[in-house]
Amino acid sequence: MAQIFHHSTNTFARITIFGAVFILAFLGWAFDTLNRSAYSTRATQPREQPVPFSHAHHVGAIGIDCRYCHTTVETSGFANIPPTKTCMNCHSQIWLTSPTLEPVRASFRTGESIRWTRVNDLPDFVYFNHSIHVNKGVGCESCHGRVDQMPLTWQENSLQMEWCLNCHRNPEKYVRPREFITKMGYQPDGDQDTIGRQLVKEYGIQDARTLTSCSICHR
Amino acid sequence: MAEEQDLLERPERPEIIAPGYTFGTVTDQISAVVLTKKTPIFWTACFGVGFALLLLFLWSVVLLFAKGVGIWGIRPPVMWGFAITNFVWWIGIGHAGTLISAILLLLNQRWRNSINRFAEAMTLFAVACAGMFPVLHLGRPWLAFWLFPYPNTMAIQPNFRSPLVWDVFAVSTYATISALFWYVGLMPDLATLRDRTTSRFARFTYGIMAMGWRGSARHWSVYETASLLLAGLATPLVLSVHTVVSFDFTIAIVPGWHSTFFPPYFVAGAIYCGFAMVLALAIPLRSVYGLKGLITDKHLDNCGKIMLATGLIVAYAYLMEIFTAWYTANVYEHEAIWHRMFGPYASSYWSLVMCNIIAPQFLWFKKIRGNPVLLFIWAVIVLVGMWLERFVIIVSSLAQDYMPSSWGLFHATRWDWATYLGTIGLFMFLFFLFIRVLPMISIFEVRTLLPQAKVEEEEAPR
Repeated sequence: MAQIFHHSTNTFARITIFGAVFILAFLGWAFDTLNRSAYSTRATQPREQPVPFSHAHHVGAIGIDCRYCHTTVETSGFANIPPTKTCMNCHSQIWLTSPTLEPVRASFRTGESIRWTRVNDLPDFVYFNHSIHVNKGVGCESCHGRVDQMPLTWQENSLQMEWCLNCHRNPEKYVRPREFITKMGYQPDGDQDTIGRQLVKEYGIQDARTLTSCSICHR
Repeated sequence: MAEEQDLLERPERPEIIAPGYTFGTVTDQISAVVLTKKTPIFWTACFGVGFALLLLFLWSVVLLFAKGVGIWGIRPPVMWGFAITNFVWWIGIGHAGTLISAILLLLNQRWRNSINRFAEAMTLFAVACAGMFPVLHLGRPWLAFWLFPYPNTMAIQPNFRSPLVWDVFAVSTYATISALFWYVGLMPDLATLRDRTTSRFARFTYGIMAMGWRGSARHWSVYETASLLLAGLATPLVLSVHTVVSFDFTIAIVPGWHSTFFPPYFVAGAIYCGFAMVLALAIPLRSVYGLKGLITDKHLDNCGKIMLATGLIVAYAYLMEIFTAWYTANVYEHEAIWHRMFGPYASSYWSLVMCNIIAPQFLWFKKIRGNPVLLFIWAVIVLVGMWLERFVIIVSSLAQDYMPSSWGLFHATRWDWATYLGTIGLFMFLFFLFIRVLPMISIFEVRTLLPQAKVEEEEAPR
């Protein structure tokens, strides 16, 4: 009887066995990398806004405090998007004729809000409260990054659950004294581990077991 | 001298295969089922029924994905309903195949050679049906991979203290080992088919699947080692898989579930129900394909005996269930059993007692065990009884636990039935596909049962 398969099939068969292992491993790696990439999380990608508002200019250059606009960050779950009136406090005086700011003036005239594009958008099944974080010594910068260097705002971190848990498992590595909450480019005055542990105690931050309980965030 | 004495005194093994077979006729008869162009009407009918039910399954699953598990009758407090009943039933059916292929191999029960191939196929397809139910029951089945520990962006792992996670590992290990064992055992026969077929396509396909098997002494030596190792790996699984399945219940504190005797009870029940399925498949197959000489009345008789033995263990477990409930002096345990026997599910309970305890007592009689038609009916009765058993354990316990305010009954919807019948369709579809394209009896293993094989063995120089 004639041979069904050519002699080279043996080699081919062996390669496919090893190949299968590598292909599966590669697929696993590719899936994981894609899942964590900026492509999937949209982290570090500046978003288009109706008015090209620059945090770099307002925070970095002028030095306005975060809380001037985000007024409720210390008392409410929501940090507050400022109303057009807040913009007009200054812009009724300066850059009066700038065409870029026309949507702001239009909003002020008509009373219709500017429709900003949300940058940091957590899934609806996650409960997040700004005030508790700010009051327990988590700086704006810890989550939002160097906002003072963002011409157009982007989401600094992945907002994936592992990122949240990083801090919920080890809060002492990230907390800072309350007076530096809005400070950009904060450097701890000494050893972060020591300061952090002290602050955790002082601010009464719960232990990791409580902080990583499911219903802390998924209510 | 002593050795010779042993030889003389060793009782002669009765022949299992009918007389008159030669190596050639065994191969001819088994491979002809696959290599013929003629398909029996029986096959077409069964495959057709299976395919129709499979379509029903696809329909109900699509509807399930679109609308959610609410299309089933599961409502608080009975959240496990049909899906988990069917899961336990199917996975139990699989156990007979592994028992036949692994434990009987290690125990040197050579009669198993005639039935191990299709019993293992039965295991594989039953596990496939079983594995789907917990996933379909998840509510969000597309996230089923969360059951496995893998590096994920949530930075969390499954709860390893939950028996449901142990189940994932038990069932996936079981499926892997069963598939490997089955495939390794198939290879020599695939080579036989490759060499016998006249169709080019079939020769190519079987050739690929046979992975270059030439039947050299080296191949056989490797084969023997591999199958022995796999049998060794599969043996503990016969006991462990259903033990872990029973942990799904016993670890919970629900009255009627929280018992220590569940593991042995579940394993016995699994083998009981699995052998019923083996009989339900073997009896029609051997008459349609004229294989009564290979799957003989002796095989049916043996399977009947195993059913009787495991059935008695199951009967003992039922009695112990009642006894321990009484012996705990715990009002909730009392109520659970009372509710089971005389509550809204009493009809299911007493039917299962009829099917699983009373009916198998007839298997004491050789006349019943020797009559294939009766044995087939008995096998179906046991299959129904074992399904009812799982249904009663799951539903009646959940329907009424500690708090009267949260009691509630389970009512199966048409989609519960459609999904269940659908997996029966999937099973039939796969099984009859297997019958058509692969040898349903192990050709080379049956040949070792022939008297010719024995003569050569004894004449061989020591």
